[in-house]
Amino acid sequence: MSDCEKIREAGAKWRERLRPSATERDALFETISGEPVRDLYTPCDVEGLDYERDLGFPGQFPFTRGIRNNMYRGRLWTMRQFSGFGTAMDTNKRYHFLLDRGQTGLSVAFHMPTIMGYDSDHPRSLGEVGRCGVAIDSLEDMEVLFDRIPLDRVSTSMTINAPASILLAFYICVAEKQGVSSDKISGTIQNDILKEYIAQKTWIFPPEPSMRIITDIMGFCVDHVPRWNTISISGYHIREAGSTAAQELAFTLADGFAYVEAGIKAGLDVDRFAPRLSFFFNAHLDFFEETAKYRAARRIWAREMKEKYKAKKPESWLLRFHTQTAGCSLTAQQPENNIVRTAYEALSAVLGGTQSLHTNSMDETLALPSEKAAQIALRTQQIIACESGVANTIDPLAGSYFVEALTERLEKEAYDYFDKIESMGGVVKAIDRGFFQKEIADAAYEYQKKIEQKKAIVVGVNEYVIEDEEIEIPILKIDPEVERIQVGRVRALREKRDNGLVKTRLEALKKAAAGPDNLMPLILEAARAYATLGEIIQVLKEVFGEYKERPIF
Amino acid sequence: MERKVRVLVAKPGLDGHDRGAKVVASALRDAGMEVIYTGLHQTPEMIVEAAVQEDVDVVGLSILSGAHMTLLPRVVQLLREKGVDDVLVVGGGIIPEADAEELASAGIARIFGPGCPTSEIASYIKDWFETSERAGV
Repeated sequence: MSDCEKIREAGAKWRERLRPSATERDALFETISGEPVRDLYTPCDVEGLDYERDLGFPGQFPFTRGIRNNMYRGRLWTMRQFSGFGTAMDTNKRYHFLLDRGQTGLSVAFHMPTIMGYDSDHPRSLGEVGRCGVAIDSLEDMEVLFDRIPLDRVSTSMTINAPASILLAFYICVAEKQGVSSDKISGTIQNDILKEYIAQKTWIFPPEPSMRIITDIMGFCVDHVPRWNTISISGYHIREAGSTAAQELAFTLADGFAYVEAGIKAGLDVDRFAPRLSFFFNAHLDFFEETAKYRAARRIWAREMKEKYKAKKPESWLLRFHTQTAGCSLTAQQPENNIVRTAYEALSAVLGGTQSLHTNSMDETLALPSEKAAQIALRTQQIIACESGVANTIDPLAGSYFVEALTERLEKEAYDYFDKIESMGGVVKAIDRGFFQKEIADAAYEYQKKIEQKKAIVVGVNEYVIEDEEIEIPILKIDPEVERIQVGRVRALREKRDNGLVKTRLEALKKAAAGPDNLMPLILEAARAYATLGEIIQVLKEVFGEYKERPIF
Repeated sequence: MERKVRVLVAKPGLDGHDRGAKVVASALRDAGMEVIYTGLHQTPEMIVEAAVQEDVDVVGLSILSGAHMTLLPRVVQLLREKGVDDVLVVGGGIIPEADAEELASAGIARIFGPGCPTSEIASYIKDWFETSERAGV
């Protein structure tokens, strides 16, 4: 009789004895993604698990237990708070505040016009300037944003997609002005356009030219900005849009493989660009499912990069990732409770081996974070790092029957989705068909129905409600003056720069866009001449056109 | 038989957060209404044009970009300019309480914030419709 048969037999007896007394609460025993969870997990649930093949050691293939040999015993994760509002002056002040409080990296939140490729004085920017992030129209604003921040020592992540090439160009120019050459800077541009079509929905160009810009960036950075993460392949927004954990995992990795295939097709050597691909996941509330998700992600990526895409360098197999706690899990009701939610979410990311982490502020369902809320959010990470003891050992949940079973289940679900996507002809074709969009919208609606039927409990929203609650936390207000100031800045810039030079460089860019050359050097030249973001996007739109989505619900 | 309430769910502003809009659109459809969804990145002009063309009873505006104080009143203003004053305009998104009060005086009847059950939105609309001038149209 095998060990598992013995355990099964003993388990059956335990269940027999248990039955008369064991009634269960009237609750849905399932993960937040709707996956059923049993009452007990035993070695029989991970019977096929082979330690060396499926888990291995940290820093070794397949990296299930982490990508570094020593993980947090060597270096803690980077505490990187996503931040930006008002003008570059306002946000620069907040960056200095966060760095003074012990933050170890920067992460830029841009306002909607920058994200969508409009200057602050464009009619579509009306009312949006500095509201949802910081207003950046040109290199001039970027110089102010990083004033007195040494770009050779601080790494910066920029949440920017369709115009990523332009913001990277601005950043390279600021570094140059600080005397830091482009091979010394490090950071990340999100630059993940596929998930824009799928979930975040801030696109500009159609998929084909968008993918071309991305491979141009990858090619340029290999030679000139070797420490830059050229894409942050993001599941965060997919999850925020309402997906399940398995969908987040599967769709994100599928996007990742699509970029790898695009790079290879553009003639790049996989081992030259793959080490600079990074990932960005959500940390939602379902604690064990989230940790399992990160572990499954590492294992799948390593295996596929090695076996399917034939990458030879171990760095190409590593899934390095940033995590942000789930904005969609926060409540406007009793907002102080969000501190607790965020802490558990952050803990799941740390136990899942994240390389960097953003913890949300309690007030984010109401407005952008106040200074106080932002400080508590950062302190949450510092408490996990320094007080909880979880950073003392590597991958402490490994070997948990439940966590390993969840890891295997998520992995299997991801492969089922890969097959489905492949049968549709790949990621871009599946986007065209609205496949991801529909899957996510359906999952979001299912979850909403569970809340309304009280099958899922949200504290303070459908249970433990305080009637006529007064919100007692401070709310950040964006001064309406911000828009006037910023519009004035960009207009003044157009007066004082060499407009002849701007025109020549934009024309050169436009010409190149119609041909096969790498666009990055030309975008850099336009940026150096203080061409604005909106102007650069405009010439590219004239060549590439604009993407239109077929709205479905 | 009573006719179905016609609702335009619209996304003004530049943000792409469409989870709320789509969930509300699905819930109102399941509550027996006819729902038209504009899709993303709509200007107030585009929304008003769609509202007039589709002859809707209700315009629901979902916005999470922070531009609500500019864009939402503009939708109401443009509707009035077109002579449409019997349509219910409501909103939702990341909109602080103080702003919601100001928006009410600009003609946005109600802001449904985060955590609001979709059933509350549906019954608000149905109650309004029963007593509105449009019910007999």
